[in-house]
Amino acid sequence: MTARIYVPCDTTALSLGADRVAEAIQLEAEKRDIPIEIIRNGSRGMLWLEPLVEVQTTRGRIGYAAVEATQVEALFDADFVSGDEQHPACIGLVEAMPYLKKQQRLTFARAGITDPVSLNDYESLDGYRGLKNALKLEPQQIVDEVKDSGLRGRGGAAFPTGIKWQTVLDTPSEQKYIVCNADEGDSGTFADRLVMECDPFMLIEGMTIAGLAVHATQGYIYLRSEYPVAHKLLNEAIEKAYQAGYLGDDILGSGKHFDLEVRLGAGAYICGEETSLLDSLEGKRGLVRAKPPLPAIIGLFGQPTVVNNVLSLAAIPFILDKGGQAYADYGMGRSRGTLPLQLAGNVKQGGMVELAFGITLRELMEDFGGGTLSGRPLKAVQVGGPLGAYMPASQWDTPVDYEEFSAVDAVLGHGGVVMFDDTVDMGEQARFSMEFCKIESCGKCTPCRIGSTRGVEVIERIRDGNNADKNWTLLEDLCDTMIDGSLCAMGGMTPFPVQSVMKYFPDELRAQGGKA
Amino acid sequence: MSSATEWTATSIQSIIDRLKHKPGAMLPILHAIQDEVGYIPEQAVSQIADSLLQTRAEVHGVISFYHHFRTTPPGRHTIEICRAEACQAMGCRSLEQHAKTTLGIDYHQTTADRRFSMEAVYCLGNCATAPSIRIDDDIHGRVSVDKFDALLADYQKQMQEAG
Repeated sequence: MTARIYVPCDTTALSLGADRVAEAIQLEAEKRDIPIEIIRNGSRGMLWLEPLVEVQTTRGRIGYAAVEATQVEALFDADFVSGDEQHPACIGLVEAMPYLKKQQRLTFARAGITDPVSLNDYESLDGYRGLKNALKLEPQQIVDEVKDSGLRGRGGAAFPTGIKWQTVLDTPSEQKYIVCNADEGDSGTFADRLVMECDPFMLIEGMTIAGLAVHATQGYIYLRSEYPVAHKLLNEAIEKAYQAGYLGDDILGSGKHFDLEVRLGAGAYICGEETSLLDSLEGKRGLVRAKPPLPAIIGLFGQPTVVNNVLSLAAIPFILDKGGQAYADYGMGRSRGTLPLQLAGNVKQGGMVELAFGITLRELMEDFGGGTLSGRPLKAVQVGGPLGAYMPASQWDTPVDYEEFSAVDAVLGHGGVVMFDDTVDMGEQARFSMEFCKIESCGKCTPCRIGSTRGVEVIERIRDGNNADKNWTLLEDLCDTMIDGSLCAMGGMTPFPVQSVMKYFPDELRAQGGKA
Repeated sequence: MSSATEWTATSIQSIIDRLKHKPGAMLPILHAIQDEVGYIPEQAVSQIADSLLQTRAEVHGVISFYHHFRTTPPGRHTIEICRAEACQAMGCRSLEQHAKTTLGIDYHQTTADRRFSMEAVYCLGNCATAPSIRIDDDIHGRVSVDKFDALLADYQKQMQEAG
């Protein structure tokens, strides 16, 4: 009997040698004349275990964690091909892992189980059921279903997705667009990448449904150039979707039309801001546009455009398959559904954790993350990317919920959680926030363009003990100016991490003993 | 994306002509040129401008806006080091210092033997297994100083063998 062996092909697995492992397994099997089939699956999201090799058995899939090519011979000696559990790398049944079992996976239901570019795998696990339902509905009914789900934009701004779609549906135009924001630039976030690398058809299906909902016939995925693996897999999946009639000018014989293309960004963080992204897609410098007009009314090439994050669009197939209410049954308060959270930085068990809103940050970092990788005490956590506040221990019991985070001047953003142990220099982190804004500002508005440069200088003066008190006041004032006067979130939120350091770690921002 | 190759005005023009019909063709054209040539040659700017009915200033403005595009030939391999927060939490500041010392260059520079260029990158999305670097299109995770040296040695060896 041919043994089925799974070796993941996502960026993290590859970055830890998955290709070499797959090659070694193939060679060793040939040498020993053991018939095997290697399937390159997506990642389960338990990234600290990558490359996580799995073997199909009658009991389920048995996992072998952090496999290196040099271990492959020993794995064969231990008969891992039959799922023997004696090898120390064996973690037993993968789906019995508490890290996976405790999650509520709606969006990531298939991730890691399937070959990401196998349409058969996708269809066999509920894939394209949402689209088939949507084809039977009127556009308004699709939009209503999304409204019922309570889905809010997962890119960070948390605007209700159904309302945005309604605006585009209600704006008459010959040509409308669906644009997927796949410029996942926030450090500590990789859930978009995992969607695109582990289950790309889900995103394609979500965008196609969005097209049907608002009468848009062209979609673009604006993908950051830092994601070469996602680029390759998305293009493969799109080609297969065209061949199978899921894309093109006659979707599944319905006469409905939707085309989809991936466009690459070019290393500009600001292009994750939706209006800057649209300018970039139009072939220009990625400058932020003033709003209004909203992109839903005047968007790409001046036409009504839905701009949604990868995770928002990826949630759509579930909503159209199981119903908006089924999605809304998860969550708390006004934060409905699930959020894929990402544990990153100095964390023992880093990875993706999809849960209904409501878990506390501490439970997430301890129960799932297992604390710091270094084993040293955790000191600060930056949630929501480079524009998110550094949260001190006193805030770790905050539940994961958009409003609860706002209440403590923090942001949930795209759900990235970057953990730092006690060796971090918080003053340096504050300085970096300004430096990052200086490097990445689009330059259109003054508070952001000039403010960030001055911010770096003022923080350096405070750290040098040069007129520290006066410069401290100046920094407070500068932060207020940037928050109130910037055109978009780049300049408007860069002060958040800085202010959090000023408030919770003031001694580290000031020079050692320098209170001048 | 690494190492510069030969190009002519004709080869550049054929890239432009293949893509210029696309709506918002500028970035796809720039990517295609850089993928093929290794960088955007100065002479390509006026060709792009003419083909897209834009000014050279507009084309130059786009090229200079995006960190990814370069106007000088890169070394045979481009090493990008992630400088963002998740990697900072795992020691990327000392890794970048080590890389600079080992290669004897700073960011946006190329070694004298033209083997390596070094760039900063703000997040490779490999944040659960930081620190991360990218060499050409390959991303590497959990890059300790030792792992960096081993990777570099691998590339040096490959180039030695290739001559």
